[in-house]
Amino acid sequence: MSDTNPNTAQATHTIQLTLKPGQHDGDGQRVAEAAARHLGLTTGRVRSAALYTVRYPLTETQLHDFATRCLADPVLHDVRLNELTAAEGFATYILVARRPGVTDDEGTSAQNALADILNEPLDVHTQHIFSKKLYLLENDLPETDLRRIAEELLGNKLINWLEVGRVAYGIRDYTPRPGGGAEAITEVISLTGRTDAELVQLSKENIYALNLEEMRAVRDYFAAAETQAERKAAGLPTDPTDCELEIIAQTWSEHCKHKEFSAIINYKDLETGEEKQVDSLFKTYIKNATSEVDRQLRANGNDWLIKVFSDNAGAVRINPDSLFVWKVETHNSPSAIDPYGGAITGILGNNRDPLATGIGGARLLFNTNVLCFGNPEFEGQLLTGQLHPRRILEGVRKGIEDGGNKSGVPTVNGAIVFDDRYAGKPLVYCGTGAVMPMQFAGLDSWEKKIDVGDRIIMAGGRVGKDGIHGATFSSIELDETAPATAVQIGSPITQKLAMDFLMLAARRGLLKCSTDNGAGGLSSSVGELAGISGGAVVELERVPLKYPGLRPWEIFVSESQERFTLVVEPGKMAEITALGQEMEVELTDIGYFTSDGFLDVRFDGAPVARLNMHFLHDGVPRKILEAEWTKPAVAEPEILAQTNYTETLTQLLGSLNICSRESVIRQYDHEVKGRTIVKPLMGATGQAPQDAAVVRFNFESWEGVAVSNGIIPRYGDLDAYDMSAGSFDEAVRQIIAVGGKLPNLTPGDGIFWSVNDNFCVPDSVYDPTSNPDGKQKLAKLVRMCEALRDATAAYCIPLTSGKDSMKNDFKADGVKISVPPTVLYSMTAKMEDVRRAITSDFKQADDVVYLLGETYDELGGSEFYALHGQLGANVPKVDFAKAKALYTLIGQANDQSLIQSCHDLSDGGLAVALAETTFGYGYGAVVELPETDLPLATQLFSESHSRFLATVAPEDVVAFEQLLGDRATRLGRVTLDGQLTVRHAGQPVIAANTATLRAAWTNGPVNQLLGVVSKDNLSHSNSL
Amino acid sequence: MAQDSAQGAHKVQPQAQNDASGSAGAVRALILTGFGINCEEEFAAAYRLAGAEATIVHLNQVLHGQVSIHDFDILNFPGGFSFGDDLGSGVVLANKLRYRQTSADGRTLLDDIKQFIADGKFVLGICNGFQVLVKLGLLPNMGGDVTPEVTLTHNASGRYEDRWVTLRVNPASRTPFLTGIDKLEVPVRHGEGRLVVPDEATRAAIEAAGLNCLSYIDANGDGTSEYPLNPNGADLNCAGLTDPTGQVFGLMPHPEAFLAAYNHPDWARRRRQNPGASEEGEGLQIFKNIVAHIGEKHATAAPAVQLASQN
Repeated sequence: MSDTNPNTAQATHTIQLTLKPGQHDGDGQRVAEAAARHLGLTTGRVRSAALYTVRYPLTETQLHDFATRCLADPVLHDVRLNELTAAEGFATYILVARRPGVTDDEGTSAQNALADILNEPLDVHTQHIFSKKLYLLENDLPETDLRRIAEELLGNKLINWLEVGRVAYGIRDYTPRPGGGAEAITEVISLTGRTDAELVQLSKENIYALNLEEMRAVRDYFAAAETQAERKAAGLPTDPTDCELEIIAQTWSEHCKHKEFSAIINYKDLETGEEKQVDSLFKTYIKNATSEVDRQLRANGNDWLIKVFSDNAGAVRINPDSLFVWKVETHNSPSAIDPYGGAITGILGNNRDPLATGIGGARLLFNTNVLCFGNPEFEGQLLTGQLHPRRILEGVRKGIEDGGNKSGVPTVNGAIVFDDRYAGKPLVYCGTGAVMPMQFAGLDSWEKKIDVGDRIIMAGGRVGKDGIHGATFSSIELDETAPATAVQIGSPITQKLAMDFLMLAARRGLLKCSTDNGAGGLSSSVGELAGISGGAVVELERVPLKYPGLRPWEIFVSESQERFTLVVEPGKMAEITALGQEMEVELTDIGYFTSDGFLDVRFDGAPVARLNMHFLHDGVPRKILEAEWTKPAVAEPEILAQTNYTETLTQLLGSLNICSRESVIRQYDHEVKGRTIVKPLMGATGQAPQDAAVVRFNFESWEGVAVSNGIIPRYGDLDAYDMSAGSFDEAVRQIIAVGGKLPNLTPGDGIFWSVNDNFCVPDSVYDPTSNPDGKQKLAKLVRMCEALRDATAAYCIPLTSGKDSMKNDFKADGVKISVPPTVLYSMTAKMEDVRRAITSDFKQADDVVYLLGETYDELGGSEFYALHGQLGANVPKVDFAKAKALYTLIGQANDQSLIQSCHDLSDGGLAVALAETTFGYGYGAVVELPETDLPLATQLFSESHSRFLATVAPEDVVAFEQLLGDRATRLGRVTLDGQLTVRHAGQPVIAANTATLRAAWTNGPVNQLLGVVSKDNLSHSNSL
Repeated sequence: MAQDSAQGAHKVQPQAQNDASGSAGAVRALILTGFGINCEEEFAAAYRLAGAEATIVHLNQVLHGQVSIHDFDILNFPGGFSFGDDLGSGVVLANKLRYRQTSADGRTLLDDIKQFIADGKFVLGICNGFQVLVKLGLLPNMGGDVTPEVTLTHNASGRYEDRWVTLRVNPASRTPFLTGIDKLEVPVRHGEGRLVVPDEATRAAIEAAGLNCLSYIDANGDGTSEYPLNPNGADLNCAGLTDPTGQVFGLMPHPEAFLAAYNHPDWARRRRQNPGASEEGEGLQIFKNIVAHIGEKHATAAPAVQLASQN
C-alpha cells in the first residue's frame, strides 16, 4: 500500500521542516523525557521534524514556494525538499504516519493553503497532502525499544502507521494510497435452519451483540409469510442482507435501545425477604418520577419543563425567549482502547446532541467532564490489550482539551475520580449545555417535524470505516480482541464549521429538523427520524466517502464523526446548498422521507435493505432479569485516636482523590465566550477549588446557570442506595453552595433545574459461569434507581435526559476488571442573577465561620478510612427533608446577602473543607469544634451529607443566626495570619500554616504526574 | 451572513446598543469569524458595550466580495483555532489573506488591508488573531513591507494554558488602543504564545520604537520571564505588539474575556472590599479607548469625509 513504485513516486513530493539551530525543540525534548520517565529508555537527544507528502502535480517553483511561504515559519524552520535524510549525529528514527482514511486535519489545512497559493480550486475532500512526524534519536536503540516508544508514546497502532529503524539503513516512508469509489457488494446471510448455537455464533462473529432470543426474533421476522411476500414484491432476497442484520443490530444494541433499563426485573431482598417485580427501571424510577415532578411543578405555576427523554438532549425554558439544552453521556469503551480519540469524539459527539435537539442549531454554552481512572501510579503487570491508567489519563485529558478548546466551548466544570477498578475501562463522562431561541423563523425550536417528501441531507465529514460497530462494540465487554475499526477519529475543525453552519441555517428557517450521526451512524439517525414520518428511502451511492472499498452496509452503519443528518423541505434545497458552499460545509442529498412503514436502503437503484419500521423499533424481545440484594458484611474499623490531626489533614490534602487538579484544569479553556463567572479555581491565588460553575447566558442579562456533578462510587461498596442518594445530594448542595436555589419553592418562580443521570455499571446479567454475582450487581442498580426516584421527589428536581452504559468490564488473560457500579448526576439550575453567586474561599478577616447541617458518625467509605486502608460500615445517608429545609434557608440567607463564602463538605469532611477555603487568598482561621458525642476524628473527617462551611460578615451574624437557627453551628472566625487552628475542648487539634497546606494540596500526585508543579505562595496576580 | 446577537429577556445595557445603531457617526467594527475562529461573540459584545456597532461576518463573505472592509473603521481578528491551528497558529488564515485572490485583477485581502491602514483605520488581533497578524507580517512591520519579522510559537511550558496574568503598558507605546492604561489584568488562553524575535537587531529596533506595547510583569511591576507570571516565555516578556503607526495592535491575552468585573477570578473578594467598584471589567477599556478615538476623529473629520466622497 505504500509508495514503493518509482513511477508513482514521481508525482509525489516530500517537504520536511526542521527547526533552525538554536530553536527550542519542545516536542523532541518531551519525547526524550517521556521515554525516560515512562519507559526507562535513554534516547539521547531527540529532534522532531514535520513531514508533508504532497500528491498533486506541482512545478519545482510551486513546490518551493508552497514549502517556504505557506508551511515553513521563516523564523523557526529550515526546509528540505524531496529528501528524507537525517542530520548528523542521529542513529535511529521513528516515523509516525496515519493509516488509510484516518482523519488528517493537518494535511487538510496544508491542502487549504496550497489551494490559496495556487489560486486553484482544490477539492479539499480528496486527500492530496499527508502530514507525518519524524523523530530522530541520538542513541542506537534496538528496534523493540523504538517500537515501544512509537506505540506507547507517539502513536496508536490502530490509527497510526509506525516505521522505525536505523538511519543508516535509510528512512522508510509510508503514504496511504489515493481515494476512489465504494465496493457495491451486498451479501445475503441465511438464518433459516441455523441452530441456536449457530445463531449465537453468528452474532458474536459479526459483532451484532444480540443474544439468542433476539437472534430468534430476527429469524422469525424474516421467516414470516407476510415479510416474505413483501420482500418478494420489493425485489429483495428471502434471506436478510448483511445491511439489514447490521441495521437491526445497531438499532437493537444496548447502547441505542437500553434493553436492560427497559427489562422486567425480578428483585429479591435477601435481608428482608421482600420480593418485587420492576417493570422497566427507566419507566418506573426515571420517567414516572419526572412526570410526577412535572405535575407538582405545573400545579405551582412552574411550567418550564419543555422536552424530556424524547430527543438528543433535554430542554427547559430559561425565559420567554430561550431554552436551555443539557446533555451528558459517556464514551468509555473507545477511551479504553484509544484514550485521546475516545475522549475527543466523546466531547464532540456530546456537543452534537444539544446542537441537534429539536430543529437544531443551539448555541453551545459550556462543556463539563467527569473522568474515572485507575491509579495512574500503578506499577503492576498490565493485561493483554490493557493500557496503563496514566496513559489513559493523559490521552483522555488531551482529548477533552482539544475537543473543547478547538470548538470554542469553555470547559467550566469537572471531576476526576481514581479507583483501581477503573483500570480496565475508564469512565469518560462528557456534558454540554446550550442555549436555543424558543423559535426559529416562527417555528417552535424544540419540535422535530417531518413530512413525506422532505429530503435527507448528510452534512459535515465524510464516511470511512472508522467507528464501524461502535454501538454494538460498546454494548459488550471489552477484551483483547477489540476491533480496530471501532476507533473513531475526531476533527474539531470539521465540526466547528458544521456547527457554525447549523446555527445559521436554523436561524434562517432552512432546517426542518436535524439529528446527529453518533452510534450506529446513518442507520440510527435516519432510522430514528424515519419513525416520525413513517419511512424513508436512502440512496447510499450518493454518500461521499473518505476512501474506496466500503460496502453499502459499512457506509450505512459507519460512525465516522462530525456528521449531522438534516431534514430539509424540497423548496429550501437551493438556499441551504448555497449556504453550505459559502461556509465550506459539504451537504449531500442522500434520500427522502416516506410514510410506507419501511426503512428502504438502496445502492445504485438495487435494494440493499428494506425493513418494517415497526419491527425495527418495537420488535426487540424484552429481557427478564434477576436481581438479589444481600447486605455486604462490613464493620467499623478500630483506628487509634490521636490528639493532633495536622499530619492526617496534610496527607488527605495530598491524596489522589482530594489533591489539586490544577495542571489538568489549566489546560482546558474555561472562559472562552467571556461568560464564566465561577470557574473551577478562583481567588487571588487562582487556587481555591469551587463547588459548581456559574455561567451567564449572554452579555445583555445577568441570568445564568449553575453547573455541578455528583459522583461518589466508593460508597456503593457499602450500599448502592446510599451511594446514589448521596451523589444526588452532592450535586444539589454544590449548586446551593454557589448561590443556587431549589426549584418550585414559590409559585411561578421559573427557577429551572435540569438533571442528567448517567449509570455506568459492570455486566449485571446473571450467568452461572461467566457472571456468578450478576444478580447482586443488578440489585445494586435497582437500589441506585430507587434512590434516584426518592431524591427527585424530595427536591422536586426533574431528570431531563441521561444514559446508561451497562458493560463496563475488561477481560483479558482470564482476568476480569469490572468498574464499581457508578452513577453521575449532572445538574444545572437557573441563577437569576450571577452577580449573587457565592464562591468557596474566605473573603475577609474576622468574618464568622459556621458549619451548616449536621455531622453524624458516618466515616464509612470516607477518604479518612481510605487513608488507613479501611472501608468501614457507616455509609453517609441523606435525610432529604432536613436537607431541603436547610437548602431553602440558605437560599433565603443569600437573598439577604448574608453569606460571604460557602463550600460544601465532601471528600475529607470538615477538615479538608476548612483548609480549602483558605486557598484563595492566604487567610487563616481559628475554629473551636463543638462539644458533641462524636469522637474528634469523626467531627473532623466524617463525610455526612448536606453540610456546608460558610462565612458571615460580623455585622450580619445576628440576622444570619436568627434565620438559620440550630442548623448553623458557630465555629470561629477568619484570621489574617495565614494559620489554620482547630481546637477541641480547648486543645489545638490542627495547627498549620495554610500556605503549607496549599502546597501539600497543589503538589499532590496529579500535578506531579502531569509535570507542572506550582511554587508555594505563587500567585497569578500581584494584588496580594 | 451577519449573525444576530443573543437576545435575553432582561436587558442590562440596552442604551449602549441603541446609542450606536443607526446614528450617522457611529464607529463601526467588523469582526471576522468562520473556519475555527471562536471568540467573535465576546469581541462583538465588547464593541457594543463600548458604544460601537459590531458586525460579525464569515471570512468568506469578505473574500467573496459580499462585504467590504472599507465600510468599517476597525477590522478585528478574534481568537480561536483558525483552520485548527494545524500548521502553526494563524498560519493558514494568514496565508489565505496574502495569497487568495479576491478579484480577477489578482487583488488579495491583504492588499485591501494595506489600503485600510493607509486610510488611517485600525486593525486589532487577539490571541489567534494576533498570531495571524504576526505570521502575515502586519506586526511589527518595522520594514513597512508586510514581511514576517518575528514569530509566535509553542509556549516554553509545552502546553496550552488558561490563567490570569498582569500586563504593563509600555509608556513609549503610542497606540490609541492603550491610552491611559498603565496596568491590566487579563486571562491568557493559548498554547502558542511565545514571541520569538530572531536576532538582537530586531529586538533592539522593536524596543527603540516602543512596539512591544504590553509586558508580562511580576508583583513589583517589573517585566518578568518567570513562569507562570510570564506564561509562555516570550522574548522581551512581550504580550502584545503594535506597528509603528499604532493603528495595528495585537496581543496574546484576552481583554474581551474581561468585560464584566465578575470575570475576574477574585471578583467576589474584591467586591467585598470595595462594594461600590465599577461592574465593568478592565478589558473593556481597550475597546472604549479605540471607539472614543475614532469617534473623535469622525467628529473633527466630518467635512473632509464629505469632500472625499465627492471625488
